[in-house]
Amino acid sequence: MATAHSRTAARAMISPAVIFLLLWMIVPLAMTLYFSFLRYNLLMPGMEEWTGFENYRYFLTDPAFSTALINTLLLVGGVLFITLVGGTLLALLLNQDFFGQGIVRVLAIAPFFVMPTVSALVFKNMFMNPVNGLFAFMAEAIGMQPIDWLAEIPLLSITLMVSWTWLPFATLILLTSLQSLDSEQMEASEMDGAGAISRFFYITVPHLARAGTVVVLIETIFLLSIFAEILVTTNGGPGNASTNLTYLVYAESLLRFDVGTGAAGGVVAIILANIVAIFLMRAIGKNLDA
Amino acid sequence: MARASSTSRKLTVTVFAWLVGLTLFFPVLWTVLTSFKTEAEAIADPPSLLFFNWTLENYVVVQERSNYFRYFWNSVLISVGSTVIGLIIAVPAAWAMAFVPSPRTRGILMWMLSTKMLPPVGVLIPIYLIFRDMNLLDTRTGLIIVMMLINLPIIVWMLYTYFKEIPGEILEAARMDGAQLRNEIIHVLTPMAIPGIASTMLLNVILAWNEAFWTLNLTAAKAAPLTAFIASYSSPEGLFYAKLSAASTMAIAPILILGWFSQKQLVRGLTFGAVK
Amino acid sequence: MTRLTCTLLGACAVGALSSAAAAQTTLTIATVNNGDMIRMQGLTEDFTADHPDIELEWVTLEENVLRQRVTQDIATNGGQFDVMTIGTYEVPIWANQDWLLALDDLPEDYDVDDLLPSVRTALSVDDTLYAAPFYGESAMVMYRTDLAEEAGVEIPDQPTWDDIMTAAEAMTDQDAGIYGICLRGKPGWGENMAFITAMANSYGARWFDTDWQAQFDSEEWTSAVNDYLMMMNEYGPPGASSNGFNENLSLFQQGKCGMWIDATVAAGFVTDPDDSTVADSVGFAQFPNKDGMDNRGNWLWAWSLAVPASSDAPEAAKEFVAWATSQGYTQLVAEEEGWRAAPPGTRTSLYENPEYQEAAPFAEMTLNSMSAVDTSAPSVQEIPYTGAQFVAIPEFQGIGTAVGQQFSAALAGQVTAEQALQNAQTSTNREMERAGYQD
Repeated sequence: MATAHSRTAARAMISPAVIFLLLWMIVPLAMTLYFSFLRYNLLMPGMEEWTGFENYRYFLTDPAFSTALINTLLLVGGVLFITLVGGTLLALLLNQDFFGQGIVRVLAIAPFFVMPTVSALVFKNMFMNPVNGLFAFMAEAIGMQPIDWLAEIPLLSITLMVSWTWLPFATLILLTSLQSLDSEQMEASEMDGAGAISRFFYITVPHLARAGTVVVLIETIFLLSIFAEILVTTNGGPGNASTNLTYLVYAESLLRFDVGTGAAGGVVAIILANIVAIFLMRAIGKNLDA
Repeated sequence: MARASSTSRKLTVTVFAWLVGLTLFFPVLWTVLTSFKTEAEAIADPPSLLFFNWTLENYVVVQERSNYFRYFWNSVLISVGSTVIGLIIAVPAAWAMAFVPSPRTRGILMWMLSTKMLPPVGVLIPIYLIFRDMNLLDTRTGLIIVMMLINLPIIVWMLYTYFKEIPGEILEAARMDGAQLRNEIIHVLTPMAIPGIASTMLLNVILAWNEAFWTLNLTAAKAAPLTAFIASYSSPEGLFYAKLSAASTMAIAPILILGWFSQKQLVRGLTFGAVK
Repeated sequence: MTRLTCTLLGACAVGALSSAAAAQTTLTIATVNNGDMIRMQGLTEDFTADHPDIELEWVTLEENVLRQRVTQDIATNGGQFDVMTIGTYEVPIWANQDWLLALDDLPEDYDVDDLLPSVRTALSVDDTLYAAPFYGESAMVMYRTDLAEEAGVEIPDQPTWDDIMTAAEAMTDQDAGIYGICLRGKPGWGENMAFITAMANSYGARWFDTDWQAQFDSEEWTSAVNDYLMMMNEYGPPGASSNGFNENLSLFQQGKCGMWIDATVAAGFVTDPDDSTVADSVGFAQFPNKDGMDNRGNWLWAWSLAVPASSDAPEAAKEFVAWATSQGYTQLVAEEEGWRAAPPGTRTSLYENPEYQEAAPFAEMTLNSMSAVDTSAPSVQEIPYTGAQFVAIPEFQGIGTAVGQQFSAALAGQVTAEQALQNAQTSTNREMERAGYQD
């Protein structure tokens, strides 16, 4: 097995990555932690003073906090649900034999390449706009009252927008997994008289579980800090209807310029993200133990 | 009989799959089409799909207002630069994790991923202050460093899952031949790992290209990439749908084309070890 | 060997290029993506031709983002920008922090005394100018004369809110996509709160009493907000809760609004035949007042160019600021695009210019609106603050935006007016108490 020599070498090879990430994590984190105990408003320099846990109290008692927490969970959960279910169905479809398979795959993968600011701007202005948007034209064409997407159902609209970006990602991972499904096993169970539906649930779904896990892990990492889509479309509103934790921290530190409270919020968000991370790693880590 | 039914099944699937594919692609298609319309046609009711006076005017207007190629070049440098440096740091780390596993390997890997869960806004002001003191604000170097760091965990993880798939026996054989550790990497491992490295590289170029928080907050003009280019079109100035579409198309086209051409490699890269 | 030489040569070439570039002064200018600024970007050749050693870099952003970026940069002394586009709200606050360079050495021919007195005062601290006005604005009513005629309503030059509501009702024809009135709804202290504060002022409301207690529980605020919501719900366009100045401008130019009450600077754009489908049928009136209330909202704003103290090229920056806000620039715009497009609301000479009066039917109304403003007494009640459509304290950005979010939510139907006012009251007092005003 591995020799002491190779172990030392291995450690040396891992350390640059670890050191860089450690610095990247610890330095700003320490500063954030320090700021979070200060009364620190960017607009009033020179007035910084130690306030203890005042910033935390202020942030946690903000009525917007609980809303933001729930919105964050809804947003992450909603996108995960849509992309997993939609991705599985889409993967099953794309795994069939049909004409123009390559082209359809290319079409379906495209949303993943579109930068979030662009997709948010395009959806906001050209699709979801209640006066000139395409959805409004379509609603009017069939005699319906157009929906004011971003005002009436802001969080759902953002969830859909984000899902559009991540659906291809989920689909591709699931599709690759599907292609590795043992066709002999499928055929055998077909012989045994298992119906398409039971085959799907007893063979396909367990087989996809591992790929699904990966999708959940990667997407969660990105979805917890969704920001650009909200900034561009709703600015967290109306009210706080589409404010997630990331956006709330942004609003504190960069719209109110209250860096102290923003830092406290950042620390809270980091703690919460780590709780999610621990749960995820526990639930998923085993599954990933390649 | 069987053949007829399978053909008709194939036709049904074809129609259905094309419908779904086109629906998913439609927002992109619509943006591209709108970019060739005049502003008046862009908001025409009912909208026209193909039959309008195609014009390049919007592109001219956008280009006149903001020099696209500079933003484009910054995007290229930042995304490619950060990915290459990230790979240089990540390849040895992933190699070591995959072939000299220790009890802590998984812990380190998971910790690396968890650093990606830090909400960037929470640390913006500290980073901004650090960058100011190091004269890195609005520099490509600064952005390359940040992009490298935020994508490093993903790079390490992807490479790790690839390297794990390389059969250990080959390495053992190499070692028996007396090859040194370094030679092992260069002559044995690298050729086998190249496809994996290529797809990792692709995915990270895409992620860095599309990143829109740090690129917007740490740049002003000199290092501003395409995310900043599009940000200046984020609210209307009179009639603006066609111009917005043109700017959007310009911002996404390079990465879309790259993604399409390298689709096969990318798809392999997206498995993250999900498929054994 | 050859490769090495090539690399060296390449490095030399790059070195030469960068040293050539270093001889140049590069000015990074942060600006808002409003029409007048976009126009300026197209006309800078006039400046760079005279100053071949100065290169201009533009950072054009949407208003809310621009504020965040420039404030963050100036407060941390980041030095990313050499010229910043800021308004009458920021200038006194920032000047007091010594963040801005005084513009007391402008060139002779700049003619500081030509600036409109109200604008000049707003941009000065202790009689020293800290930012040069690029364009100035008050607010007024812009309406479609053709639709008003069709609907048989008349909008007087000095309308009351009742006049506006009657006209809005008469002009609305939702089936034809015509909405009687368009107003700002997008949250932000400089977006919907600018309008709502001005409207509340005209209803006799005030933000704070003399003890800095928020006043959203007052009758005046209740009736102002209820009327605002009623007008927008009954006669406004769909999606109004995300409409700011630019969105409304776009709607008005498309002919979808009967009336639009907003910044006077919009007049130049809605009457521009190239961009506006309704250019030849726009009428103007002063900001409405409530029957019997002697207050027309008091809206005063000037987008201005300032040089941050952290700039590394202050002299070049000042030269640019002087150029962009000079009479010469106005002349240049007039030559290129006609007098109608000249940046309004900054200089007396513009309003005395017969050519401008001829080309800009809104000139007189703009000037009247701007001179009617009293920033020392925006409300008819006794108040501890100055300002106009804003309250001139540093905390206002945060408070105003939070309150704006509430009213935007009410407009979107997410909360009731009552609830929005109550939330506004609570959050404002919460912030004011923390900031130590109410001790």
